[in-house]
Amino acid sequence: MTSTAPPVQMTPLPPGHAGFGRLLQSEWTKLRSVRSTMWSLLLLVILTLGLTALITGITAAQWSKIGAASRATIIGDPVSTILGASVEFGQLTIIVLGILVISSEYSTGAIRTSLLAVPRRLRMLAAKAVTFTGLIFVLAEVVCFVAFFLGSAFLHSHVPVSLSGSHVLRAVLGAGLYLTVLGLFSMAIGGLIRHTAGAIAGVIAFVIILEPLSTLIPGTWGNHIHDYLPTAAGRLVYQIRPVSGQVLPAWGGFAVFCGWTAALLIAWALTLNLRDA
Amino acid sequence: MIEARVLTKRYGPKVAVNQLSFTVEPGKVTGFLGPNGAGKSTTMRLILGLDRPDGGSATIDGKRYHDLANPLRTVGALLEARSVHTGRTAFNHLLFLAQTQGLPRQRVQQVIDLVGLGAVANKRTGGFSLGMSQRLGIAAALLGDPQVFLLDEPVNGLDPEGILWIRNLMKRLAAEGRTVFVSSHLMNEMAVTADHLIVIGRGELIADCGTQEFIGSSRTQRSVLVRTPDPDRLARAITADGGHVSVAAPPENGQPAAAGAPLAAALTVTGIPAPRIGELAAASSVVLHELTPQMGSLEEAFMELTADSVEYGQHQTPAQHPPGVAASATTAPGERSGS
Repeated sequence: MTSTAPPVQMTPLPPGHAGFGRLLQSEWTKLRSVRSTMWSLLLLVILTLGLTALITGITAAQWSKIGAASRATIIGDPVSTILGASVEFGQLTIIVLGILVISSEYSTGAIRTSLLAVPRRLRMLAAKAVTFTGLIFVLAEVVCFVAFFLGSAFLHSHVPVSLSGSHVLRAVLGAGLYLTVLGLFSMAIGGLIRHTAGAIAGVIAFVIILEPLSTLIPGTWGNHIHDYLPTAAGRLVYQIRPVSGQVLPAWGGFAVFCGWTAALLIAWALTLNLRDA
Repeated sequence: MIEARVLTKRYGPKVAVNQLSFTVEPGKVTGFLGPNGAGKSTTMRLILGLDRPDGGSATIDGKRYHDLANPLRTVGALLEARSVHTGRTAFNHLLFLAQTQGLPRQRVQQVIDLVGLGAVANKRTGGFSLGMSQRLGIAAALLGDPQVFLLDEPVNGLDPEGILWIRNLMKRLAAEGRTVFVSSHLMNEMAVTADHLIVIGRGELIADCGTQEFIGSSRTQRSVLVRTPDPDRLARAITADGGHVSVAAPPENGQPAAAGAPLAAALTVTGIPAPRIGELAAASSVVLHELTPQMGSLEEAFMELTADSVEYGQHQTPAQHPPGVAASATTAPGERSGS
């Protein structure tokens, strides 16, 4: 650290207009260079594969002791046994990461630096959303397929299940898609709320408490309300058998979830341009 | 060149910046002064497009910040030191910024070395001292080799060596023909760094002039502190000569004189220069203990101009603390002549 600084002008800079590709590259640098990304995704892999192995392993070992009704449920929808609980837990890491990706920029003040570099705020939002969604999509699909193969190997002797089975491919693919859209959904909420703790508490309380509570609303009203709630609708895509009272079809539910997410993204985009950074 | 035209920003009912217009010229360091809460940071955020103005506009080289294609290549900005993700290393912080502007990786290493952060480039910024954070902010500002710099309190948290470094850096950037707009509440720092000053208070423009001109405009300039045991006779002589006399400190409040010597009163004389006061005193046979021309300082000029616009703080009435005089009355070594 000398008081006589060397010349500022050093190398001539290459000319050029920063295109969207550069913004994606920049967002990727941001994403990979903080510890929370690595830890969240590692936790996703461990939780998902671990729970799948645990549940299918115990199921296979205890097969002769569980009741006929339970066996019928598992045979009817083996993908739920393999992926249900693991996605349920794994999604928590996606929610936390999706929120942190944007809310940590606000809590640290880094958002101001980001917006100085990219004053067209919607371009920054789009680059961030595309980069994060791309990463989660690839990882979630890999994790879901690996979990499926792992679980089906454990269950194989009792419940032969393969991707060629009825709706199985859709369900496994759908589980990864659900996690991907959930990441984007969480990011939009993080962008709207801007406070990490508030956003995480809000989304997790909604997914774990509020949404299951809606099943207590009686009658078809209750079924409609429940099925049109964002994550409940999204989950339908990885269920093979419709549950009683299910209003929406699998892809229809996923479309509803995508609709909610799109609405939140639009709300975020609108407020991002209007609010002070 | 930075231009602000009738910029206005409100936060709820509070007007932070009120119809502010000024131009920051290239080739010199322009200081941006104002008491805390005057709206300096808000003005910079408006220029940089971080906050939306409620009225007016700000342009950099004729363009709004929002419309700059590669903004970091046009404008280098230092905001509050805490504008970085604390979990990211200094290198990666600069790398993601460089990537948005299509700047090569080597440029990141260059600016890191330039600001003297080479040893901690791969450390997470959360562990940085305020001074290191400021250097990182400066590195980010230099990254795109821009022609315009906006620096918000750059010497904040720097050690004396760092202050000297940033001072020389700003002067050299200006000497290279770049526009340097720097806010500070350290008036003495601005006195030695800035060529031009823009002073605001309560979001409104108070002064826009050269630094020397600003210091010269101070009321205390050309006043003379006189200490004498015979204030009445001297005051009559000065008044008769067209000068103006006010009592800075009466005898009982003056410095304790040596045993046997009469108590001296301190007078502030304006309107006639110190040599003439000496001549008048000699002509009327008045003993002088002290005859000190008061040099105006940027700080005094600033306190005078912003006295009505201090947002937070104690309002001082000039009668209790005449600018400059109160401070020098306690330090002037004038009483020795009485012994």
